[in-house]
Amino acid sequence: MKRDAIAIKPEDNVGTAIRDLPAGVTARVGIGEEVVPVPLVEDIPYGHKLAIHAIEKGENVLKYGEVIGRASCTIEQGAHVHVHNVESLRGRGDLPRNP
Amino acid sequence: MKFIGYKRNDGSVGTRNYVGVLSTVVCANEVARAIAAQVHGAVAFSHQQGCCQTPPDLKRVTDTLCAVGTNPNLHSVLLVSLGCEGTDLVRVARTISESGRNVETIVIQEEGGAALTTAKGVLLAQQMASEASRLHREPCDSKNIVLGLKCGSSDTTSGLSSNPALGVTVEKLIQEGATVIIGEITEIIGAEHIFASRAKDPETAEKIMALVERMENRAKAVGADMRGGQPTPGNIAGGLTTIEEKSLGAIAKAGHATVQDVYEYGCKPKTKGLVLMDSPGREPEILTGLAAAGANVIAFTTGRGAPQGFPFVPVIKITGNEKTWNHLRDHMDLSVSGVMSGELTLEQAGELMYAKIEETASGALTRAELSGYVQAMDIYVTGPVI
Repeated sequence: MKRDAIAIKPEDNVGTAIRDLPAGVTARVGIGEEVVPVPLVEDIPYGHKLAIHAIEKGENVLKYGEVIGRASCTIEQGAHVHVHNVESLRGRGDLPRNP
Repeated sequence: MKFIGYKRNDGSVGTRNYVGVLSTVVCANEVARAIAAQVHGAVAFSHQQGCCQTPPDLKRVTDTLCAVGTNPNLHSVLLVSLGCEGTDLVRVARTISESGRNVETIVIQEEGGAALTTAKGVLLAQQMASEASRLHREPCDSKNIVLGLKCGSSDTTSGLSSNPALGVTVEKLIQEGATVIIGEITEIIGAEHIFASRAKDPETAEKIMALVERMENRAKAVGADMRGGQPTPGNIAGGLTTIEEKSLGAIAKAGHATVQDVYEYGCKPKTKGLVLMDSPGREPEILTGLAAAGANVIAFTTGRGAPQGFPFVPVIKITGNEKTWNHLRDHMDLSVSGVMSGELTLEQAGELMYAKIEETASGALTRAELSGYVQAMDIYVTGPVI
C-alpha cells in the first residue's frame, strides 16, 4: 500500500512526509509493514515531520527510536512538528547566540 | 550471506584479487599509475603524503601503507618509491611480506627515472598478475565480510531511506558474524551521547565521546565551531529540526548495533560486530582508512550523487533519490527510492542492499569500478606540511 509519510521505528511519535501533504487529508503513515492513518491539521512539506499522536508539552519527540528533542508546547495529532514547537536538548542553529 | 571469495594466507578473505601498485610518497604517484595502466589486474593506490611532514604524520603514513598493503583484496603488492621519502619503506615492505603476500619494491632514483622504473614495474606487475589469475574464489560467508560504511552528498532521502535501510542490512550482517566499520566522526556530533549509549561498556562509551571531542577541538583550533549553526538554515528549510535528528540520520547507517570498540584511523579491528574508526567525512581519506582497516566491501549511501570509489575495494553506491538514480547512471549501483515513494518498506530496502552486497562480494562489479572513478585517494594526516 502506498504511504505518504514514514516512521523509522515503531516507537517514533513523528512521521516524515515523503511528499508535500496538505492540511485536511488523512496521511497514510508507514510504520514497518503497517500503515496508520493520521488526519492532518496543517500542511506538511516534503521532508518535514508530522505528529502521529498528540505530543504533550515537555514530552520527548522520538525519531529513529531516539529522542531528537522535546515539545516546547502541546502538539496536536496531525500537526507540523518543527523548530517552532520542538527544542533540541543539544543546541539549535536558528536562534540568535546568547550575548 | 554466502559469497565466493579469495582466501588469503593471513586468514582474511578478499572480494577482489588485485595486484596493488602502491606509491609510497606523492612524488612516486606518476610511476605507480603508469605501471597499473599497462597491466591488467593491477591497480594503483596514490596519495599526497610521505614527505615534509612531522614524525607522527610520517608514522601515520607508514602505518596506513602497511595496512592498505595488507587489505584482503590485494593478492600481491608492488611498492613504488622515489628514494628520499619520509615513509619507512623497509617497514612497509616487511609488514606486507609478513602477511604472506608477495611484495616487490622499485625505487625511481635507483632505477634511473620514471621511464626505466615504469618498465621494470610493468614486468614485475605482469608476473604478479599472472600468478594472481591462477587463484580461485571459494565459498565464504558473512563472518568473512568486513563492511565499511559511508554516506556522502546527503539529502532528505538519506536520513529517511538509504541510511536507515542500510542499518537494517548492517544489523543482519552483524548477527551473522560480520565486521562493520563506521567512521565520519563529524557526522556523530550532536548524537554522540546516543551513539555512546550503544557502546558495549562504559570504557567504550568514553572512547566514543573522546573521539568526538578531539575532532571538535581540532576544528576549534582553527576557529571553526562545528556545533553552532547546526542544523543549517538549509537543513531547517528541508525539515531537519535539531542537530540530534541530523546526526541520527547519519548514524542510522549502523542500525542499533552495539559498538564493540573504537579504533584510530586505519587500524584493523580485533573484533567482530560494529566498530567506530576515527576519520573525517571526506572520500579520499575515509575510503583509504576503511581499506586500511581491512574493509573488503564498502556501502556508500548518497542523496545527490557522490561518484568516488576506491581502487581495490568495491564501493557500492546506494541512493534513495529517484532523480539521482535516473540522472547519474554511471555512478549508482542500487536505488531504494521505493521507500520515498511509499512502495518499499525499510526492511525490504535493507534486503535489497543485503543482496547487492552479497553479489558484489562474489565479483559483481560496481559502477565506480566500471567507470574507473577510483583515483583521488589520500591518507588522513593531522599535522602541518613542513
